[in-house]
Amino acid sequence: MRRALIAAAAVAALVVIGRYLPSYYTGLLTLALIYGIFAMSLDLLLGYTGLPSLGHAAYFGSAAYVAALIVNKLGAPFAVAIPAGLLAAVTIAALFNLLALRTVQGYYLMITLALSQVLWSLAVSWRSLTGGDDGMAIPRRPDFGSWLGVRLDTDYGYFIVVLAVFLACLAAMRILVASPFGYALLGIRENESRMRALGYNAWAYKYVVSLIAGLFAGIAGELYAFLHSFISPATLSIDLSAQVLLMVLVGAAGTLWGPIFGAFVLVILQNIVSTYTDRWLFVVGAIYMLIAMFAPKGLFLRWRDRAVRALRQTA
Amino acid sequence: MTLQGWVVNLLNGFSFAMVLFLLAAGLTLIFGLLQVINLAHGSFYLLGGYVGLAIIQWIGNFPLALVVAFLAMAALGAALQQFCLARLYKQDLPQALLTLGILFVAADVAFVWWGGNPQLLPQPELLQGGTRLFGIGYPIYRLFLIVMGIVFAALMWLFIERTRLGAVVRAGMDDEEMLRGIGISAPLVFTGILALGAGLAGAAGVLGGPLLGLHPGADFEVLLLAFVVVTVGGLGSIKGAFLASILIGLIDNFGNIWFPQFSLFTIIVPMVIVLALRPTGLMGRA
Amino acid sequence: MTPLAVESLSVNFGGVQAVDDVTLRVEVGERRAIIGTNGAGKTTLFNLINGQIAATAGRILLFGEDITRLPPHRRAALGLARTFQITNLFPALTVLDNMLIAVQALDPCHFVFFRRLASYTNVQHRAQQILERWDLWPLKDEPVRTLSYGMQRKLEIVLALAGKPRVLLLDEPMAGLSAQETDLAGAIIRNLDRAITVLLIEHDLTAAFAIADRITAMDQGRIVAEGTPDEIRKESRLAEIYMRGAAQAPGS
Repeated sequence: MRRALIAAAAVAALVVIGRYLPSYYTGLLTLALIYGIFAMSLDLLLGYTGLPSLGHAAYFGSAAYVAALIVNKLGAPFAVAIPAGLLAAVTIAALFNLLALRTVQGYYLMITLALSQVLWSLAVSWRSLTGGDDGMAIPRRPDFGSWLGVRLDTDYGYFIVVLAVFLACLAAMRILVASPFGYALLGIRENESRMRALGYNAWAYKYVVSLIAGLFAGIAGELYAFLHSFISPATLSIDLSAQVLLMVLVGAAGTLWGPIFGAFVLVILQNIVSTYTDRWLFVVGAIYMLIAMFAPKGLFLRWRDRAVRALRQTA
Repeated sequence: MTLQGWVVNLLNGFSFAMVLFLLAAGLTLIFGLLQVINLAHGSFYLLGGYVGLAIIQWIGNFPLALVVAFLAMAALGAALQQFCLARLYKQDLPQALLTLGILFVAADVAFVWWGGNPQLLPQPELLQGGTRLFGIGYPIYRLFLIVMGIVFAALMWLFIERTRLGAVVRAGMDDEEMLRGIGISAPLVFTGILALGAGLAGAAGVLGGPLLGLHPGADFEVLLLAFVVVTVGGLGSIKGAFLASILIGLIDNFGNIWFPQFSLFTIIVPMVIVLALRPTGLMGRA
Repeated sequence: MTPLAVESLSVNFGGVQAVDDVTLRVEVGERRAIIGTNGAGKTTLFNLINGQIAATAGRILLFGEDITRLPPHRRAALGLARTFQITNLFPALTVLDNMLIAVQALDPCHFVFFRRLASYTNVQHRAQQILERWDLWPLKDEPVRTLSYGMQRKLEIVLALAGKPRVLLLDEPMAGLSAQETDLAGAIIRNLDRAITVLLIEHDLTAAFAIADRITAMDQGRIVAEGTPDEIRKESRLAEIYMRGAAQAPGS
């Protein structure tokens, strides 16, 4: 009960503070919330199920692109474009994971990376459709009208919309991880062969959670596209996939709150670093190397345990 | 397409395939046999190419550039294994993060040092120009690549099939006793294969340089191509890597002609088919 | 209906017949011990029955139904449960969570993702019931990896019972236990519901002889003897096999 009160207070604080922040910072907050949704969706895969995806941006970007394309090229209303984008993300997840979940341990990482790279290169090379590297502008933002006297097409208004969606996603995912399905995911992460011996169709769980994660990533992707009214292949890049992975790891995988924290940290970090240097790629790469080499054992303990377990079972 | 066009494009595909094979051979040993995830493989290509370019610009000797690039990258690969990867034995995600970090860092360093403009490695004088093959004009350099590729494939085959170390590599590193039996320690084999793979990638950078050019992003492209080849050919199989290189090289070439907007898409198709029907690859161990 | 029947079952690993033409039938409520030296194929046999590996020849019948081609989770749904020689639990999760996962496995709610597990009182109660019955309830909030080895082995067996199995495969349940713990484990197994058919792999011959109604002896993938404990005791070939096994053991 106390946690609920604290959470409600935090939300109220955000709503109030956001009103009076300079719009640059409101934008940052909005971005952090969007990445929060994105990072939580990866946590479902990585933290809860033990699936290390290096291609999560594929769902983020495909929802964004499809929604943007439908608005720009077909002139359709957002009521059509938004669900269509989400459908695209889930479809991509459905196709990719038919392949990625077929393979042996260690391969999943590479396959998810490869498949999302293909999508990225498609966005880059199909200039006539996507504008290639130059990206695509999205002239309109969804018009949610106004609510309680706040015009929702302002920066602050969009922030409120994103906050609401964020809270809804958070609530949904919290129920999911506490559900029978969620417990099964944990079991699969800890010991997949035992799960099968107990009667679980492990593949089905991994597949369905991939679809769900794809859906939430797609939601984040669309929110992102409409935030900046602009979209580029960066939304499909390995850069983004690696960043969201970092958010989950920095924030402690398998907790939902951790990735949210990680998202905020990364947005702040990115902001600070880019004011001092253009070498963001170098900084990020160095962070990955440091984390990989020196991260507390606990961070990777689960995956090591899983690998050892898999090895022992086949002996 | 005319007959001449077909022949030229087939040869183009083959010559590209040979560069791919250099990359894939290393990756299939590293990823397929040692089960080490090395995303920095693309970096070895790029850095090797740039190093070779520097040697050529400085001294003007192509063979020297090739050797230096190979050795430099081999040294980096060995260092990577010794100081970093060895500690992350059998930990997929940390290995991926580490090598991804290296990929990014190397890409940025290369960008700062050599700039963002695509550079073309000059062909060695001896191999410049064209020749006529059965009445069809064709660049000598590409023919050289094809010949070199076949020679290299033969050497690799000899190594794998006919040497004791090759037998160990074939056995898939599963048998520690076998390793001890021929007096080689497992860590040494790991370092050696990482060095070999990295060196080959660096050599690919120099040899492929005149063809493909060097530019930011080439490391990612090359990594993806090598991965597709290794997947199609089968993890750990040199023969598979050779066959798959040819297949992918041809598909990529003709794909670029017929469907230029879908460049990478065309080579994904064989990968998808292989994963769907025979996940262990054409010649992989089931 | 025979709970478990295995007919001419074989599996081949890279030229080695790990299990070679094995045929056996286990009757309802029977306690069948599988004995043999290391590498005799006992665990491989369990892996075949359980579905973890696919047979190259032969059939497996569970209550008359051919399960040879079924994946492990379908066999579990038909009433087959199994424990593992190396403790195979969910290490980072609590004892209670381990049990909840085991209990919900065959419950209709197991795929629900929009309602909290806590609201399914049937699952919660059954988990509590089993843990209390086996004196594990006080440890319910402990992460499994902090438990003593003996407790983990006990949980290993208890998890397998969660799904109300009709056929239970116990792979070296006493492995690594002290003499006292072995006696306790033996008592647990002996007192299992007689409606459950039990096969157990056991290295400890004394324990095997004490628990089993019938014994099957394996060597190099084949069955070399089968009978009641008394009949097996008199089987001279076995002594020979065990001697050979002991002579080949490293450090002997």
